[in-house]
Amino acid sequence: MASLASGLAMGGYRINWVGALCLLIIVGWASVAVFAPWIAPHGVGDVVDSDYFGPMTREMPLGSDYLGRDMLSRILHGARYTVGVSLAAVVLACGTGVTLGMAAAVSGGWFDAALSRFLDALNSIPSKLFGLVVVAAVGSTIPVLILTLAVIYVPGSYRFARALAVNVNAMDFISVARLRGERLPYLIGAEILPNILGPVFADVGLRFVFVVLLLSGLSFLGLGVQPPNADWGALVRENIGGLPFGAPAVMAPSVAIASLTIAINLLIDNLPRKIRDRDA
Amino acid sequence: MQRSIASLLTARLLVALLTLVIVSFVVFAATSILPGDVAEVLLGQAATPEAVKGLRTAMHLDDPALVRFGRWLFGLASGDLGVSYANRMPIAQLIGGRLLNSLKLAGVTALFAVPVALTLGITAAMWRGTWYDRVVSVLTIGVISVPEFMVATSAVLLFAVHLKWLPALSIARDVQGLGEMLRVYAMPVMTLAFVISAQMIRMTRAAVVEALDTPYAEMATLKGASRTRVVLRHALPNALGPIVNAVALSLSYLLGGVIIVETIFNYPGVAKLMVDAVATRDLPLIQTCAMIFCLVYLILITTADIIALLSNPRLR
Repeated sequence: MASLASGLAMGGYRINWVGALCLLIIVGWASVAVFAPWIAPHGVGDVVDSDYFGPMTREMPLGSDYLGRDMLSRILHGARYTVGVSLAAVVLACGTGVTLGMAAAVSGGWFDAALSRFLDALNSIPSKLFGLVVVAAVGSTIPVLILTLAVIYVPGSYRFARALAVNVNAMDFISVARLRGERLPYLIGAEILPNILGPVFADVGLRFVFVVLLLSGLSFLGLGVQPPNADWGALVRENIGGLPFGAPAVMAPSVAIASLTIAINLLIDNLPRKIRDRDA
Repeated sequence: MQRSIASLLTARLLVALLTLVIVSFVVFAATSILPGDVAEVLLGQAATPEAVKGLRTAMHLDDPALVRFGRWLFGLASGDLGVSYANRMPIAQLIGGRLLNSLKLAGVTALFAVPVALTLGITAAMWRGTWYDRVVSVLTIGVISVPEFMVATSAVLLFAVHLKWLPALSIARDVQGLGEMLRVYAMPVMTLAFVISAQMIRMTRAAVVEALDTPYAEMATLKGASRTRVVLRHALPNALGPIVNAVALSLSYLLGGVIIVETIFNYPGVAKLMVDAVATRDLPLIQTCAMIFCLVYLILITTADIIALLSNPRLR
Protein backbone atom coordinates (compact mmCIF):
# COMPACT_ATOMS: atom_id res chain seq x y z
CA MET A 1 0.00 0.00 0.00
CA ALA A 2 2.91 2.31 0.76
CA SER A 3 4.23 2.08 -2.76
CA LEU A 4 0.77 2.78 -4.15
CA ALA A 5 0.35 5.86 -2.01
CA SER A 6 3.70 7.31 -2.94
CA GLY A 7 3.02 6.76 -6.59
CA LEU A 8 3.65 4.30 -9.35
CA ALA A 9 6.80 4.39 -11.42
CA MET A 10 5.98 4.01 -15.08
CA GLY A 11 8.55 4.23 -17.83
CA GLY A 12 10.61 6.71 -15.88
CA TYR A 13 7.53 8.78 -14.92
CA ARG A 14 5.71 8.64 -11.62
CA ILE A 15 1.96 8.93 -11.37
CA ASN A 16 0.05 9.33 -8.11
CA TRP A 17 -2.52 6.89 -6.77
CA VAL A 18 -5.53 8.76 -8.22
CA GLY A 19 -3.95 8.44 -11.64
CA ALA A 20 -3.18 4.76 -11.03
CA LEU A 21 -6.77 4.07 -10.01
CA CYS A 22 -8.08 5.87 -13.11
CA LEU A 23 -5.68 3.92 -15.31
CA LEU A 24 -6.99 0.72 -13.75
CA ILE A 25 -10.61 1.66 -14.58
CA ILE A 26 -9.70 2.57 -18.16
CA VAL A 27 -7.74 -0.65 -18.72
CA GLY A 28 -10.64 -2.52 -17.12
CA TRP A 29 -13.22 -1.12 -19.57
CA ALA A 30 -10.85 -1.70 -22.48
CA SER A 31 -10.50 -5.38 -21.58
CA VAL A 32 -14.26 -5.65 -21.08
CA ALA A 33 -14.71 -4.30 -24.60
CA VAL A 34 -12.36 -6.96 -25.96
CA PHE A 35 -13.51 -9.93 -23.89
CA ALA A 36 -17.23 -9.14 -23.43
CA PRO A 37 -18.66 -12.35 -24.92
CA TRP A 38 -16.49 -14.49 -22.61
CA ILE A 39 -17.07 -12.67 -19.34
CA ALA A 40 -20.76 -11.75 -19.70
CA PRO A 41 -22.91 -14.09 -17.59
CA HIS A 42 -25.71 -14.22 -20.21
CA GLY A 43 -25.98 -13.78 -23.98
CA VAL A 44 -26.67 -10.24 -25.14
CA GLY A 45 -30.18 -11.05 -26.40
CA ASP A 46 -31.20 -13.74 -23.88
CA VAL A 47 -34.41 -13.07 -22.01
CA VAL A 48 -33.61 -14.45 -18.56
CA ASP A 49 -36.11 -12.71 -16.28
CA SER A 50 -39.87 -13.25 -16.47
CA ASP A 51 -40.36 -9.73 -15.13
CA TYR A 52 -39.18 -6.52 -16.81
CA PHE A 53 -37.23 -3.72 -15.10
CA GLY A 54 -36.28 -6.17 -12.36
CA PRO A 55 -34.40 -4.97 -9.27
CA MET A 56 -30.80 -5.82 -8.41
CA THR A 57 -30.50 -9.43 -7.34
CA ARG A 58 -27.70 -11.89 -6.78
CA GLU A 59 -28.22 -13.49 -10.20
CA MET A 60 -28.62 -10.15 -11.93
CA PRO A 61 -26.43 -7.57 -10.16
CA LEU A 62 -27.79 -4.69 -12.25
CA GLY A 63 -31.37 -5.93 -12.62
CA SER A 64 -33.12 -6.67 -15.91
CA ASP A 65 -34.08 -4.40 -18.81
CA TYR A 66 -37.42 -3.63 -20.49
CA LEU A 67 -37.57 -7.11 -22.03
CA GLY A 68 -36.24 -8.98 -19.02
CA ARG A 69 -32.69 -9.30 -20.32
CA ASP A 70 -29.72 -9.26 -17.95
CA MET A 71 -28.55 -5.65 -17.65
CA LEU A 72 -24.97 -6.49 -16.65
CA SER A 73 -24.48 -8.55 -19.80
CA ARG A 74 -26.06 -5.79 -21.90
CA ILE A 75 -23.64 -3.22 -20.47
CA LEU A 76 -20.59 -5.47 -20.89
CA HIS A 77 -21.54 -5.98 -24.54
CA GLY A 78 -22.37 -2.27 -24.95
CA ALA A 79 -18.79 -1.45 -23.97
CA ARG A 80 -17.69 -2.86 -27.32
CA TYR A 81 -19.66 -0.22 -29.22
CA THR A 82 -19.02 2.72 -26.92
CA VAL A 83 -15.28 2.09 -26.57
CA GLY A 84 -14.70 0.64 -30.05
CA VAL A 85 -16.56 3.26 -32.12
CA SER A 86 -15.17 6.13 -30.03
CA LEU A 87 -11.62 4.79 -30.25
CA ALA A 88 -11.80 4.37 -34.04
CA ALA A 89 -13.26 7.87 -34.41
CA VAL A 90 -10.71 9.55 -32.15
CA VAL A 91 -7.75 7.82 -33.83
CA LEU A 92 -9.06 8.92 -37.22
CA ALA A 93 -9.79 12.46 -36.03
CA CYS A 94 -6.50 13.03 -34.24
CA GLY A 95 -4.43 11.28 -36.92
CA THR A 96 -5.86 13.58 -39.57
CA GLY A 97 -5.93 16.68 -37.37
CA VAL A 98 -2.37 16.35 -36.07
CA THR A 99 -0.91 15.57 -39.51
CA LEU A 100 -2.72 18.52 -41.11
CA GLY A 101 -1.83 20.78 -38.18
CA MET A 102 1.88 20.00 -38.43
CA ALA A 103 1.82 20.32 -42.20
CA ALA A 104 0.09 23.72 -41.93
CA ALA A 105 2.57 24.98 -39.33
CA VAL A 106 5.56 23.89 -41.43
CA SER A 107 4.25 25.05 -44.82
CA GLY A 108 2.58 28.31 -43.74
CA GLY A 109 1.35 30.61 -46.49
CA TRP A 110 -1.98 30.15 -48.27
CA PHE A 111 -2.20 26.43 -47.44
CA ASP A 112 -2.16 27.26 -43.72
CA ALA A 113 -4.54 30.21 -44.12
CA ALA A 114 -7.11 28.38 -46.24
CA LEU A 115 -7.07 25.20 -44.14
CA SER A 116 -7.31 27.14 -40.87
CA ARG A 117 -10.24 29.20 -42.11
CA PHE A 118 -12.13 26.17 -43.42
CA LEU A 119 -11.60 24.08 -40.27
CA ASP A 120 -12.52 27.03 -38.04
CA ALA A 121 -15.76 27.30 -39.98
CA LEU A 122 -16.37 23.58 -39.50
CA ASN A 123 -15.72 24.10 -35.81
CA SER A 124 -18.52 26.65 -35.59
CA ILE A 125 -21.17 24.02 -36.23
CA PRO A 126 -22.41 22.66 -32.89
CA SER A 127 -21.25 19.04 -32.71
CA LYS A 128 -24.61 17.41 -31.90
CA LEU A 129 -26.24 19.37 -34.67
CA PHE A 130 -23.69 18.17 -37.22
CA GLY A 131 -24.35 14.60 -36.13
CA LEU A 132 -28.11 15.13 -36.51
CA VAL A 133 -27.76 16.57 -40.01
CA VAL A 134 -25.49 13.79 -41.27
CA VAL A 135 -27.63 11.04 -39.77
CA ALA A 136 -30.71 12.63 -41.33
CA ALA A 137 -29.03 12.63 -44.73
CA VAL A 138 -27.28 9.26 -44.93
CA GLY A 139 -28.70 7.20 -42.10
CA SER A 140 -26.91 5.75 -39.13
CA THR A 141 -24.51 2.86 -39.68
CA ILE A 142 -21.34 2.15 -37.73
CA PRO A 143 -18.93 3.38 -40.48
CA VAL A 144 -21.00 6.56 -40.96
CA LEU A 145 -20.96 7.17 -37.20
CA ILE A 146 -17.19 6.73 -36.97
CA LEU A 147 -16.58 9.01 -39.94
CA THR A 148 -18.99 11.69 -38.68
CA LEU A 149 -17.52 11.71 -35.18
CA ALA A 150 -14.04 11.90 -36.70
CA VAL A 151 -14.94 14.84 -38.97
CA ILE A 152 -16.46 16.71 -36.02
CA TYR A 153 -13.27 16.47 -33.95
CA VAL A 154 -10.66 17.07 -36.67
CA PRO A 155 -10.77 20.91 -36.34
CA GLY A 156 -10.09 20.91 -32.59
CA SER A 157 -7.22 18.47 -32.93
CA TYR A 158 -5.84 20.46 -35.87
CA ARG A 159 -5.90 23.70 -33.94
CA PHE A 160 -4.17 22.14 -30.94
CA ALA A 161 -1.44 20.42 -32.97
CA ARG A 162 -0.88 23.49 -35.11
CA ALA A 163 -0.37 25.72 -32.06
CA LEU A 164 2.22 23.26 -30.68
CA ALA A 165 3.94 22.76 -34.02
CA VAL A 166 4.25 26.50 -34.69
CA ASN A 167 6.39 26.81 -31.54
CA VAL A 168 8.62 23.88 -32.50
CA ASN A 169 8.83 25.17 -36.05
CA ALA A 170 10.58 28.33 -34.81
CA MET A 171 13.48 26.31 -33.36
CA ASP A 172 16.95 26.20 -34.84
CA PHE A 173 17.04 22.48 -35.54
CA ILE A 174 14.11 22.89 -37.92
CA SER A 175 15.97 25.59 -39.82
CA VAL A 176 18.97 23.26 -40.01
CA ALA A 177 16.78 20.45 -41.33
CA ARG A 178 15.29 22.80 -43.90
CA LEU A 179 18.77 23.90 -45.01
CA ARG A 180 19.71 20.25 -45.38
CA GLY A 181 16.92 20.12 -47.92
CA GLU A 182 14.55 17.84 -45.99
CA ARG A 183 11.03 17.44 -47.38
CA LEU A 184 7.71 18.03 -45.61
CA PRO A 185 7.02 14.38 -44.62
CA TYR A 186 10.44 14.10 -42.94
CA LEU A 187 10.09 17.48 -41.23
CA ILE A 188 6.73 16.70 -39.65
CA GLY A 189 7.41 13.02 -38.97
CA ALA A 190 10.95 13.07 -37.63
CA GLU A 191 11.53 16.63 -36.40
CA ILE A 192 8.21 17.99 -35.12
CA LEU A 193 6.12 14.99 -34.07
CA PRO A 194 8.58 13.58 -31.47
CA ASN A 195 8.66 16.98 -29.78
CA ILE A 196 4.91 17.37 -29.36
CA LEU A 197 3.98 13.74 -28.69
CA GLY A 198 3.24 14.08 -24.95
CA PRO A 199 0.66 16.88 -25.14
CA VAL A 200 -0.82 15.34 -28.28
CA PHE A 201 -1.54 12.12 -26.39
CA ALA A 202 -3.15 14.06 -23.54
CA ASP A 203 -5.28 15.83 -26.15
CA VAL A 204 -6.28 12.50 -27.70
CA GLY A 205 -7.52 11.42 -24.26
CA LEU A 206 -9.62 14.56 -23.79
CA ARG A 207 -11.06 14.26 -27.27
CA PHE A 208 -11.90 10.60 -26.63
CA VAL A 209 -14.08 11.79 -23.74
CA PHE A 210 -15.85 14.27 -26.04
CA VAL A 211 -16.44 11.52 -28.60
CA VAL A 212 -17.83 9.12 -25.99
CA LEU A 213 -20.22 11.82 -24.73
CA LEU A 214 -21.34 12.80 -28.24
CA LEU A 215 -21.82 9.19 -29.34
CA SER A 216 -23.84 8.48 -26.19
CA GLY A 217 -25.91 11.61 -26.79
CA LEU A 218 -26.66 10.64 -30.38
CA SER A 219 -27.52 7.07 -29.39
CA PHE A 220 -29.73 8.42 -26.64
CA LEU A 221 -31.63 10.42 -29.27
CA GLY A 222 -31.98 7.18 -31.27
CA LEU A 223 -29.61 8.39 -33.98
CA GLY A 224 -26.44 6.54 -33.01
CA VAL A 225 -25.89 2.79 -32.75
CA GLN A 226 -29.06 1.12 -34.05
CA PRO A 227 -30.98 -1.86 -32.57
CA PRO A 228 -30.52 -4.77 -32.12
CA ASN A 229 -27.02 -3.54 -31.20
CA ALA A 230 -26.76 -1.10 -28.34
CA ASP A 231 -24.03 1.09 -26.91
CA TRP A 232 -24.39 2.66 -23.47
CA GLY A 233 -26.34 5.66 -24.75
CA ALA A 234 -28.78 3.41 -26.60
CA LEU A 235 -29.20 1.28 -23.45
CA VAL A 236 -30.39 4.37 -21.56
CA ARG A 237 -32.78 5.19 -24.39
CA GLU A 238 -34.38 1.75 -24.61
CA ASN A 239 -34.83 1.56 -20.85
CA ILE A 240 -36.01 5.13 -20.27
CA GLY A 241 -39.50 3.74 -19.63
CA GLY A 242 -38.18 2.33 -16.36
CA LEU A 243 -37.45 5.81 -15.02
CA PRO A 244 -40.78 6.22 -13.17
CA PHE A 245 -40.08 2.92 -11.33
CA GLY A 246 -36.52 3.95 -10.53
CA ALA A 247 -35.25 0.81 -12.30
CA PRO A 248 -31.47 0.25 -12.10
CA ALA A 249 -31.53 -0.40 -15.86
CA VAL A 250 -31.82 3.37 -16.52
CA MET A 251 -28.98 4.59 -14.38
CA ALA A 252 -26.49 1.72 -14.75
CA PRO A 253 -25.39 2.52 -18.35
CA SER A 254 -25.06 6.22 -17.43
CA VAL A 255 -22.86 5.27 -14.50
CA ALA A 256 -20.74 3.15 -16.85
CA ILE A 257 -20.23 6.15 -19.17
CA ALA A 258 -19.45 8.43 -16.23
CA SER A 259 -16.90 6.01 -14.75
CA LEU A 260 -15.01 5.85 -18.05
CA THR A 261 -15.07 9.58 -18.85
CA ILE A 262 -14.33 10.78 -15.32
CA ALA A 263 -11.45 8.29 -15.08
CA ILE A 264 -9.90 9.63 -18.30
CA ASN A 265 -10.33 13.27 -17.27
CA LEU A 266 -8.83 12.65 -13.82
CA LEU A 267 -5.97 10.60 -15.25
CA ILE A 268 -5.04 13.45 -17.60
CA ASP A 269 -5.32 15.94 -14.72
CA ASN A 270 -2.94 13.78 -12.68
CA LEU A 271 -0.39 13.14 -15.40
CA PRO A 272 3.12 14.40 -14.68
CA ARG A 273 3.56 17.95 -15.97
CA LYS A 274 6.40 16.69 -18.16
CA ILE A 275 4.01 14.70 -20.36
CA ARG A 276 1.06 17.03 -20.28
CA ASP A 277 2.37 20.55 -20.75
CA ARG A 278 2.59 21.99 -24.19
CA ASP A 279 5.86 23.84 -23.55
CA ALA A 280 7.65 20.93 -21.91
CA MET B 1 -6.23 53.75 -32.00
CA GLN B 2 -10.01 54.00 -32.39
CA ARG B 3 -9.64 53.40 -36.10
CA SER B 4 -7.68 50.24 -35.59
CA ILE B 5 -10.33 48.88 -33.22
CA ALA B 6 -13.03 49.64 -35.76
CA SER B 7 -11.12 47.89 -38.52
CA LEU B 8 -10.41 44.90 -36.27
CA LEU B 9 -14.11 44.60 -35.46
CA THR B 10 -15.04 44.88 -39.13
CA ALA B 11 -12.50 42.17 -39.95
CA ARG B 12 -13.93 39.91 -37.23
CA LEU B 13 -17.48 40.44 -38.50
CA LEU B 14 -16.41 39.70 -42.05
CA VAL B 15 -14.79 36.49 -40.85
CA ALA B 16 -18.05 35.58 -39.10
CA LEU B 17 -19.98 36.22 -42.31
CA LEU B 18 -17.56 34.13 -44.35
CA THR B 19 -17.83 31.38 -41.73
CA LEU B 20 -21.62 31.49 -42.02
CA VAL B 21 -21.40 30.99 -45.79
CA ILE B 22 -19.00 28.03 -45.38
CA VAL B 23 -21.22 26.56 -42.64
CA SER B 24 -24.34 26.87 -44.77
CA PHE B 25 -22.48 25.18 -47.60
CA VAL B 26 -21.50 22.30 -45.30
CA VAL B 27 -25.09 21.95 -44.05
CA PHE B 28 -26.41 22.02 -47.60
CA ALA B 29 -23.79 19.56 -48.85
CA ALA B 30 -24.41 17.15 -45.94
CA THR B 31 -28.15 17.08 -46.65
CA SER B 32 -27.69 16.77 -50.40
CA ILE B 33 -25.39 13.75 -50.46
CA LEU B 34 -28.27 11.64 -51.78
CA PRO B 35 -29.83 13.93 -54.40
CA GLY B 36 -32.07 11.34 -56.05
CA ASP B 37 -33.73 10.36 -52.81
CA VAL B 38 -35.91 13.41 -52.22
CA ALA B 39 -38.36 12.95 -55.08
CA GLU B 40 -38.58 9.20 -54.43
CA VAL B 41 -39.16 9.71 -50.72
CA LEU B 42 -41.91 12.22 -51.43
CA LEU B 43 -43.77 10.02 -53.90
CA GLY B 44 -43.41 6.79 -51.96
CA GLN B 45 -42.50 3.33 -53.20
CA ALA B 46 -45.30 3.02 -55.77
CA ALA B 47 -44.09 5.98 -57.83
CA THR B 48 -43.50 5.47 -61.53
CA PRO B 49 -40.14 6.60 -62.92
CA GLU B 50 -42.00 9.22 -65.01
CA ALA B 51 -43.61 10.75 -61.93
CA VAL B 52 -40.29 10.87 -60.12
CA LYS B 53 -38.69 12.49 -63.16
CA GLY B 54 -41.50 15.07 -63.36
CA LEU B 55 -41.22 15.98 -59.70
CA ARG B 56 -37.44 16.23 -59.97
CA THR B 57 -37.83 18.72 -62.77
CA ALA B 58 -40.52 20.64 -60.90
CA MET B 59 -38.33 20.87 -57.79
CA HIS B 60 -35.28 21.83 -59.86
CA LEU B 61 -33.41 18.84 -58.44
CA ASP B 62 -31.58 18.29 -61.73
CA ASP B 63 -29.87 21.68 -61.62
CA PRO B 64 -26.17 21.74 -60.70
CA ALA B 65 -25.57 21.57 -56.95
CA LEU B 66 -24.00 25.03 -56.84
CA VAL B 67 -27.07 26.61 -58.45
CA ARG B 68 -29.38 24.86 -55.99
CA PHE B 69 -27.16 25.98 -53.13
CA GLY B 70 -27.27 29.59 -54.34
CA ARG B 71 -31.05 29.52 -54.70
CA TRP B 72 -31.49 27.96 -51.24
CA LEU B 73 -29.17 30.46 -49.56
CA PHE B 74 -30.84 33.37 -51.32
CA GLY B 75 -34.25 32.09 -50.22
CA LEU B 76 -33.10 31.84 -46.60
CA ALA B 77 -31.62 35.33 -46.68
CA SER B 78 -34.84 36.82 -48.08
CA GLY B 79 -36.98 35.09 -45.46
CA ASP B 80 -38.35 32.29 -47.64
CA LEU B 81 -37.72 29.24 -45.48
CA GLY B 82 -39.42 26.75 -47.79
CA VAL B 83 -42.08 24.12 -47.18
CA SER B 84 -41.88 21.04 -44.96
CA TYR B 85 -41.90 17.70 -46.81
CA ALA B 86 -43.77 15.93 -44.05
CA ASN B 87 -46.94 18.00 -43.74
CA ARG B 88 -46.64 20.63 -46.48
CA MET B 89 -46.75 23.49 -43.96
CA PRO B 90 -44.59 26.58 -44.48
CA ILE B 91 -41.53 26.14 -42.31
CA ALA B 92 -41.69 29.70 -40.99
CA GLN B 93 -45.08 28.86 -39.49
CA LEU B 94 -43.81 25.58 -37.95
CA ILE B 95 -40.79 27.22 -36.37
CA GLY B 96 -42.20 30.55 -35.16
CA GLY B 97 -43.79 29.59 -31.84
CA ARG B 98 -41.29 26.87 -31.09
CA LEU B 99 -38.34 29.21 -31.52
CA LEU B 100 -39.95 31.47 -28.93
CA ASN B 101 -40.33 28.47 -26.56
CA SER B 102 -36.67 27.52 -26.97
CA LEU B 103 -35.50 31.09 -26.46
CA LYS B 104 -37.65 31.29 -23.33
CA LEU B 105 -36.05 28.12 -21.96
CA ALA B 106 -32.55 29.36 -22.80
CA GLY B 107 -33.24 32.82 -21.38
CA VAL B 108 -34.59 31.56 -18.07
CA THR B 109 -31.64 29.18 -17.79
CA ALA B 110 -29.09 31.92 -18.46
CA LEU B 111 -30.80 34.27 -16.00
CA PHE B 112 -30.55 31.58 -13.35
CA ALA B 113 -27.19 29.97 -14.15
CA VAL B 114 -24.95 32.98 -14.88
CA PRO B 115 -25.07 34.66 -11.43
CA VAL B 116 -24.72 31.33 -9.60
CA ALA B 117 -21.82 30.19 -11.78
CA LEU B 118 -19.98 33.51 -11.51
CA THR B 119 -20.33 33.53 -7.72
CA LEU B 120 -19.06 29.96 -7.45
CA GLY B 121 -16.19 30.56 -9.86
CA ILE B 122 -15.02 33.76 -8.18
CA THR B 123 -15.29 32.41 -4.65
CA ALA B 124 -13.49 29.20 -5.65
CA ALA B 125 -10.61 31.30 -6.99
CA MET B 126 -10.68 33.47 -3.87
CA TRP B 127 -10.30 30.49 -1.55
CA ARG B 128 -8.01 28.61 -3.87
CA GLY B 129 -6.59 25.39 -2.44
CA THR B 130 -9.18 25.06 0.34
CA TRP B 131 -11.60 22.16 0.63
CA TYR B 132 -14.34 24.41 -0.79
CA ASP B 133 -12.31 24.99 -3.94
CA ARG B 134 -11.56 21.28 -4.24
CA VAL B 135 -15.21 20.29 -3.89
CA VAL B 136 -16.24 22.81 -6.55
CA SER B 137 -13.47 21.62 -8.89
CA VAL B 138 -14.28 17.93 -8.52
CA LEU B 139 -18.01 18.59 -8.98
CA THR B 140 -17.47 20.64 -12.14
CA ILE B 141 -15.15 17.98 -13.61
CA GLY B 142 -17.84 15.43 -12.76
CA VAL B 143 -20.61 17.38 -14.50
CA ILE B 144 -18.46 18.05 -17.57
CA SER B 145 -17.55 14.36 -17.84
CA VAL B 146 -21.08 12.95 -17.80
CA PRO B 147 -23.56 13.08 -20.68
CA GLU B 148 -26.39 15.64 -20.43
CA PHE B 149 -29.04 12.93 -20.37
CA MET B 150 -27.51 11.55 -17.18
CA VAL B 151 -27.99 14.90 -15.44
CA ALA B 152 -31.57 14.97 -16.73
CA THR B 153 -32.46 11.41 -15.74
CA SER B 154 -30.87 11.87 -12.32
CA ALA B 155 -32.96 15.02 -11.80
CA VAL B 156 -36.15 13.17 -12.78
CA LEU B 157 -35.24 10.25 -10.54
CA LEU B 158 -34.58 12.49 -7.56
CA PHE B 159 -37.27 15.17 -7.81
CA ALA B 160 -40.11 13.40 -9.65
CA VAL B 161 -39.74 9.75 -8.63
CA HIS B 162 -38.30 9.79 -5.12
CA LEU B 163 -39.31 13.19 -3.73
CA LYS B 164 -42.41 13.63 -5.96
CA TRP B 165 -41.97 17.42 -5.96
CA LEU B 166 -42.12 18.01 -9.68
CA PRO B 167 -43.85 16.58 -12.76
CA ALA B 168 -41.54 14.53 -15.01
CA LEU B 169 -42.80 15.97 -18.29
CA SER B 170 -43.10 19.58 -19.28
CA ILE B 171 -46.03 20.59 -21.44
CA ALA B 172 -45.91 24.32 -21.93
CA ARG B 173 -49.37 24.59 -23.49
CA ASP B 174 -51.71 24.17 -20.53
CA VAL B 175 -49.89 26.22 -17.96
CA GLN B 176 -51.96 28.31 -15.58
CA GLY B 177 -50.43 30.67 -13.09
CA LEU B 178 -46.93 31.32 -11.92
CA GLY B 179 -46.64 28.37 -9.55
CA GLU B 180 -47.56 25.91 -12.27
CA MET B 181 -45.07 27.48 -14.65
CA LEU B 182 -42.28 27.27 -12.10
CA ARG B 183 -43.00 23.58 -11.57
CA VAL B 184 -42.99 22.87 -15.31
CA TYR B 185 -39.82 24.82 -16.04
CA ALA B 186 -37.92 23.72 -12.95
CA MET B 187 -36.47 20.46 -14.22
CA PRO B 188 -35.42 21.43 -17.79
CA VAL B 189 -33.94 24.68 -16.51
CA MET B 190 -32.14 22.94 -13.67
CA THR B 191 -30.60 20.36 -16.01
CA LEU B 192 -29.48 22.94 -18.55
CA ALA B 193 -28.16 25.22 -15.83
CA PHE B 194 -26.04 22.39 -14.44
CA VAL B 195 -24.57 21.63 -17.84
CA ILE B 196 -23.60 25.21 -18.73
CA SER B 197 -22.56 26.30 -15.23
CA ALA B 198 -19.80 23.71 -14.99
CA GLN B 199 -17.92 25.21 -17.93
CA MET B 200 -18.57 28.74 -16.74
CA ILE B 201 -17.31 28.02 -13.21
CA ARG B 202 -14.08 26.49 -14.52
CA MET B 203 -13.33 29.33 -16.91
CA THR B 204 -14.25 32.05 -14.39
CA ARG B 205 -12.08 30.45 -11.74
CA ALA B 206 -9.15 30.22 -14.15
CA ALA B 207 -9.53 33.89 -15.16
CA VAL B 208 -9.63 35.16 -11.57
CA VAL B 209 -6.75 32.89 -10.51
CA GLU B 210 -4.67 34.28 -13.34
CA ALA B 211 -5.45 37.86 -12.30
CA LEU B 212 -4.61 37.03 -8.66
CA ASP B 213 -1.19 35.67 -9.70
CA THR B 214 -0.07 39.03 -11.08
CA PRO B 215 2.47 41.29 -9.32
CA TYR B 216 -0.11 44.06 -8.76
CA ALA B 217 -2.43 41.69 -6.91
CA GLU B 218 0.49 40.58 -4.74
CA MET B 219 1.37 44.23 -4.18
CA ALA B 220 -2.18 44.95 -3.03
CA THR B 221 -1.98 42.04 -0.59
CA LEU B 222 1.39 43.24 0.70
CA LYS B 223 0.13 46.76 1.34
CA GLY B 224 -2.50 45.20 3.59
CA ALA B 225 -5.68 45.07 1.52
CA SER B 226 -8.13 42.40 2.63
CA ARG B 227 -8.61 39.35 0.40
CA THR B 228 -12.12 40.46 -0.57
CA ARG B 229 -10.78 43.86 -1.55
CA VAL B 230 -7.91 42.37 -3.57
CA VAL B 231 -10.34 40.19 -5.48
CA LEU B 232 -13.13 42.72 -6.00
CA ARG B 233 -11.10 45.90 -6.59
CA HIS B 234 -7.85 44.68 -8.10
CA ALA B 235 -8.27 41.29 -9.73
CA LEU B 236 -11.88 41.31 -10.92
CA PRO B 237 -11.79 44.41 -13.18
CA ASN B 238 -8.87 42.88 -15.06
CA ALA B 239 -10.48 39.45 -15.26
CA LEU B 240 -13.77 40.91 -16.49
CA GLY B 241 -12.99 40.45 -20.19
CA PRO B 242 -12.10 36.75 -19.91
CA ILE B 243 -15.12 36.21 -17.64
CA VAL B 244 -17.62 37.76 -20.06
CA ASN B 245 -15.91 35.77 -22.80
CA ALA B 246 -16.41 32.63 -20.70
CA VAL B 247 -20.10 33.44 -20.21
CA ALA B 248 -20.70 33.87 -23.94
CA LEU B 249 -18.82 30.64 -24.71
CA SER B 250 -20.70 28.69 -22.04
CA LEU B 251 -24.02 29.93 -23.36
CA SER B 252 -23.09 28.27 -26.66
CA TYR B 253 -23.16 24.95 -24.78
CA LEU B 254 -26.87 25.63 -24.30
CA LEU B 255 -27.37 24.58 -27.92
CA GLY B 256 -26.03 21.07 -27.41
CA GLY B 257 -27.78 20.71 -24.07
CA VAL B 258 -31.08 21.98 -25.36
CA ILE B 259 -31.30 19.16 -27.94
CA ILE B 260 -31.14 16.52 -25.21
CA VAL B 261 -33.24 18.40 -22.67
CA GLU B 262 -36.09 19.23 -25.03
CA THR B 263 -36.22 15.60 -26.11
CA ILE B 264 -36.16 14.08 -22.66
CA PHE B 265 -38.70 16.49 -21.16
CA ASN B 266 -40.83 16.61 -24.29
CA TYR B 267 -40.50 20.37 -24.45
CA PRO B 268 -42.04 21.92 -27.61
CA GLY B 269 -38.98 23.84 -28.86
CA VAL B 270 -36.95 24.04 -32.06
CA ALA B 271 -34.54 21.30 -31.01
CA LYS B 272 -37.39 18.81 -30.47
CA LEU B 273 -38.81 19.85 -33.84
CA MET B 274 -35.45 19.12 -35.43
CA VAL B 275 -34.97 15.72 -33.79
CA ASP B 276 -38.48 14.78 -35.00
CA ALA B 277 -37.61 16.10 -38.46
CA VAL B 278 -34.54 13.85 -38.52
CA ALA B 279 -36.74 10.85 -37.71
CA THR B 280 -39.02 11.66 -40.71
CA ARG B 281 -36.10 12.82 -42.90
CA ASP B 282 -37.79 16.15 -43.52
CA LEU B 283 -34.76 17.76 -45.18
CA PRO B 284 -35.92 21.38 -45.69
CA LEU B 285 -37.01 21.57 -42.06
CA ILE B 286 -33.68 20.07 -40.91
CA GLN B 287 -31.72 22.54 -43.04
CA THR B 288 -33.60 25.52 -41.64
CA CYS B 289 -33.34 24.35 -38.01
CA ALA B 290 -29.63 23.63 -38.51
CA MET B 291 -29.07 27.12 -39.91
CA ILE B 292 -30.90 28.71 -36.96
CA PHE B 293 -28.69 26.77 -34.53
CA CYS B 294 -25.50 27.61 -36.42
CA LEU B 295 -26.46 31.28 -36.61
CA VAL B 296 -27.09 31.52 -32.86
CA TYR B 297 -23.88 29.62 -32.14
CA LEU B 298 -21.88 31.85 -34.46
CA ILE B 299 -23.36 35.00 -32.90
CA LEU B 300 -22.40 33.76 -29.44
CA ILE B 301 -18.81 32.82 -30.26
CA THR B 302 -18.29 35.99 -32.32
CA THR B 303 -19.56 38.05 -29.38
CA ALA B 304 -17.16 36.17 -27.11
CA ASP B 305 -14.28 36.92 -29.50
CA ILE B 306 -15.17 40.59 -29.81
CA ILE B 307 -15.41 41.00 -26.04
CA ALA B 308 -12.03 39.33 -25.62
CA LEU B 309 -10.64 41.64 -28.29
CA LEU B 310 -12.05 44.79 -26.69
CA SER B 311 -11.08 43.93 -23.14
CA ASN B 312 -7.48 42.91 -23.82
CA PRO B 313 -5.29 45.62 -25.33
CA ARG B 314 -2.60 43.04 -26.05
CA LEU B 315 -4.84 41.29 -28.59
CA ARG B 316 -5.35 44.47 -30.61
